[in-house]
Amino acid sequence: MAVVPVGRPGPVGRAGRARNRRPRAAGSGRLTATSGLGLGVGVLWLSLIVGLPIAAVVVTSLGDGPGTFVSAVTSAEALDTLRLTVGAALGATVVNAVVGTLIAWVLVRDQFPGKRLLEVVIDIPFALPTIVAGLVLISLYGPQSPFGIDLVGTRRGVFLALLFVTLPFVVRSVQPVLMEMDRDVEEAAASLGATGFTTFRRIVLPTITPAVLSGSALAFARALGEYGSVILISANLLGRTEVSSSFILKKIEEGDQVAAASVATLLLVVAIVVLLLLDTLRRLAARRD
Amino acid sequence: MTDVDTAAPGRSAQAAGSSGGARPGRSGRLGRRGRRPGPPRSAGSVAVRWVLRLLAVGYVLSLVALPVLTVARRTFGHGLQPVLDALANPDLQSAARLGVVVAGLSVLINTVFGVGIAVLLVRYRFPGRRLLDAVIDLPVSVSPVVVGIALILVYGRNSPIGGWLEAHGIQVIFATPALVLATVIVALPLVVREVVPVLEEAGIEQDQAAESLGASAWQRFVRITLPTIRWALAYGVVLSLARSLGEFGAVRVVSGSVAGQSQTPTLFVNDAYQEFGPVAEQSAFTAAFALMLVAVLFIVVIAWLRPKEKN
Repeated sequence: MAVVPVGRPGPVGRAGRARNRRPRAAGSGRLTATSGLGLGVGVLWLSLIVGLPIAAVVVTSLGDGPGTFVSAVTSAEALDTLRLTVGAALGATVVNAVVGTLIAWVLVRDQFPGKRLLEVVIDIPFALPTIVAGLVLISLYGPQSPFGIDLVGTRRGVFLALLFVTLPFVVRSVQPVLMEMDRDVEEAAASLGATGFTTFRRIVLPTITPAVLSGSALAFARALGEYGSVILISANLLGRTEVSSSFILKKIEEGDQVAAASVATLLLVVAIVVLLLLDTLRRLAARRD
Repeated sequence: MTDVDTAAPGRSAQAAGSSGGARPGRSGRLGRRGRRPGPPRSAGSVAVRWVLRLLAVGYVLSLVALPVLTVARRTFGHGLQPVLDALANPDLQSAARLGVVVAGLSVLINTVFGVGIAVLLVRYRFPGRRLLDAVIDLPVSVSPVVVGIALILVYGRNSPIGGWLEAHGIQVIFATPALVLATVIVALPLVVREVVPVLEEAGIEQDQAAESLGASAWQRFVRITLPTIRWALAYGVVLSLARSLGEFGAVRVVSGSVAGQSQTPTLFVNDAYQEFGPVAEQSAFTAAFALMLVAVLFIVVIAWLRPKEKN
């Protein structure tokens, strides 16, 4: 298998892998008694832990008709948190789409001492518990900051936390595609006099765009629902730095299930849209192969 | 440009190194690449290369590496003794025990379930298969807080199911079962997504051959399927373990976070930090530092497993 042994394979990388798959004899199997029973158990389990809870969220949000849902998500406080959350998530996604592509490029095409260490450091936001990430950020950019930069209780603090947790997504989805790329075309372009930037824009960029998009979609979904890394540095100031996740949590603790479930439903819908988008990208990439 | 060519397969070189050159195919390919001549490089592109390199390294350093080092500095700022005192805190110790139990149980559940679902998804066709495939991915792209409140709405005291369970003496929310459930959900797809591609590539020829020779389903699973997927499974298990130990949002919602009872390590960090005062702060940083060490350990293990899984 000529698959590049790169980090966490993004969905696009995975599609690329399917190219080399053997003709599949499997998958045509009909369910036997044993496998049918297994399927039954699996579906029952999934219904209990995913299906039923999600249905409960949606049903609660529509409890007294669509009107309650609409008024819950358009209350001044809900709107404030949604505006901040979507804005900061979009901003962080865009920054990390650009910088993440750059980092992936440097990791694949450049060679310098300490590169392996850089690889490890990039995975830290994935592996670090979110609350520890929050503590990590507040100790450097909080009241006891060694540089005197205090971002606690500011929207820039929220943005910084989202930048931190979404850093690896685009890097790890673009990296395998860059590694798999054939360099001949680029070299041909260069020998025909194309500048480095032109070669990048006309040859590399079209190839990696699906990977950038799918990494960005994952990053956006993650940023939108982020809670642990944000709460310490945001200080959760009402109407200023309160993100949607902490709004939901506050409402459920206040006993306002409808308000909590309504905003939760909104986040759920976005998550499903992101998954559909990823599925489409995966299919496109598979078809191109 | 030759040095660039050798640079490209950074991870491959690392992979080949760690597996002791057991894969001549790949390293052979890289060897050829390394000798391939490239067009000459101008001084301008050297400058661009340096700018890109500095940008990448600078961004990662200021965003990730520096803050991580600062936590280490804050943890050991007053020497080793305060750290040891903080580790002796009974609340921290019981949080650590609970964290291990919850993570262990949820990884066990997700491993059994994940392998089962992966086999079903790859080898069988049934109505609703694509829906099942999609539902598995949902928990990772939705907010952990949403996972938490979804559980409360179903298994909380005020819901029909939760009320019925409580009437029969089973408390789910604000107790260990909810912690396990929440953790299982947030790590749900990790094992499935690692195992599925390996099973797809392996095909079922060996399985069919074994079946024609009279091997039972269990024998085929243990002797053929399991050895095929073992590295992917190990990879998935490590990912799940890391995710399970570190889960905060979902657990925060369904746990009452009572010290010594329903407080996991991540909740301990949060509660200790919110408490203020030098002792509480030392506890928070000590626990956070320990979690950080575990996370880095996981990254190293994952980096070691990755090439094996892909092979």
